Amino acid sequence: MVRIIVDAEKCQGYGQCCFEAPEIFTLGDPPVTHPAEVDEALRDDAERAADACPLQAITVE
Amino acid sequence: MGEVIIVGGGLGALRTAESLRGAGHSGPITVVGDEPCLPYNRPPLSKDALLTGIDMSALEFRRRPSVEDITWKLGHRAIASDLSTGTVTLDDGTSLEADGLVVASGIRPRRLPLSGPEEGRFVLRTAADAEQIRSRLTPGARVLVMGAGFIGCELAATARRLGCEVAIVALDDEPMIRPLGPEVGAAMRRRHERQGVHFHLGLTVDSFQGDERVRSVRLSDGSELAADLVIEAVGSVPNVEWLEGNGLDLSDGVLVDSSMRAAHDRMPVVAVGDVARYPLALFGPTPRRIEHWNMPTETGRRAGHTLAALLAGQEPDRTPFTAMPAFWSDQYDHTLQSFGMPGLATTIEITDGSLEEPCVIEYHDDAGLVGVVGIDRTKDVLGYRARLAERSAS
Ligand SMILES: Cc1cc2nc3c(=O)[nH]c(=O)nc-3n(C[C@H](O)[C@H](O)[C@H](O)COP(=O)(O)OP(=O)(O)OC[C@H]3O[C@@H](n4cnc5c(N)ncnc54)[C@H](O)[C@@H]3O)c2cc1C
Ligand code: SF4
Repeated sequence: MVRIIVDAEKCQGYGQCCFEAPEIFTLGDPPVTHPAEVDEALRDDAERAADACPLQAITVE
Repeated sequence: MGEVIIVGGGLGALRTAESLRGAGHSGPITVVGDEPCLPYNRPPLSKDALLTGIDMSALEFRRRPSVEDITWKLGHRAIASDLSTGTVTLDDGTSLEADGLVVASGIRPRRLPLSGPEEGRFVLRTAADAEQIRSRLTPGARVLVMGAGFIGCELAATARRLGCEVAIVALDDEPMIRPLGPEVGAAMRRRHERQGVHFHLGLTVDSFQGDERVRSVRLSDGSELAADLVIEAVGSVPNVEWLEGNGLDLSDGVLVDSSMRAAHDRMPVVAVGDVARYPLALFGPTPRRIEHWNMPTETGRRAGHTLAALLAGQEPDRTPFTAMPAFWSDQYDHTLQSFGMPGLATTIEITDGSLEEPCVIEYHDDAGLVGVVGIDRTKDVLGYRARLAERSAS
């Protein structure tokens, strides 16, 4: 499994992650919601989302 | 396998290296970067980091484990290259040889050839630049910003927050007029004026006055403005001099095709990020150079796959490059966010809110929606991205 952490202090809800990986990230309140873990098959999508975050708020483990 | 040299140590370099690895290239990768540090995030340098302090450990990009084995030659500058032999010459006189080259050398701030003292003049591109400026943004300091683009406006906002007196001098009629248009530019100007920024528009700086350091500037209408520091934010120059003499089109950055490949028959060369000029399929065949943060990642992804394919003797992906330019800018408590190419529009329409309040502005050209800008309406702007992506690739 791939662990996903969004740093709530950094995230400003720009939503770039939701475009790169809509199956993981959803815009809402708090600004983005996501499962704590996703399947290994989604690792690449998770990495793309982390790359695209202007605030570098996403960690993928 | 093949060896790759990446010149430039910024975001584009990092993303291309990661993409090369992702595409299966396992050969050696060497990154030559003239800054002393690993790739870091520049946008905070005119915003939060300038306001609260520059902490490199917070600015440094996360790097994928796949690039742990690459070589970083930092603090080194490429000064020349010979693509017929695959050689790049560095400023210490040594040279490197490779089978594939990535141009990721970005841009530098343009400096105007004006008379007068040099001291007291600053530009903002690197963390070192930001450190220098930050130490002088003390309460009451008189800051003169030349240029009313995004970086000039962000600098003005941050300097006001730090208690400086701020004036902006620019030839344009309104701030950020090229990307945003006159109406939205004017609306942003009023936000700045409410915060106490003085605009001197339609004017240029003719010369700097002072003995050892700048004390004032003379404007094109003959008036003089006192200044403790001057920050020049008047556009950019692509860092391409080290590529001269190889027959590449360097007229505005490095011209590449939709696979990010530059035309050279001896050596595979790709270019990425701010220095690259490429066709953006959603906005017609004209190659464009786009200085937005999301483009090094988009172009780096494509370029890494192209170069990996070429080094493996395969054909690169030549399908249209359909990345969507995206931009944001923070000024005071306001967040501007944009998708597409609003600067190409012929008409605008405020679809939600009013220009003095949070609002969404649609930008249209002959083919329909060409861009969208939101002022403090991030979530509403996002919905437009999908609509923009539907523009038929022409
Ligand atoms: C202050 C500031 C604020 C910004 N704010 C925003 C924003 O809010 N939103 C947004 O979308 N974009 C913003 N940007 C733009 C964004 O940061 C750039 O688009 C992005 O950094 C481009 O990445 P790059 O890798 O192409 O180039 P760069 O990050 O410039 O990297 C190029 C690197 O190559 C080095 N180099 C150059 N020539 C040589 C050579 N000959 N040999 C070796 N090394 C060389 C350079 O020193 C640099 O380290 C901002 C930029 C700045 C400077
Ligand atoms: S891209 Fe980053 S800042 Fe934007 S919503 Fe996602 S996590 Fe938050």
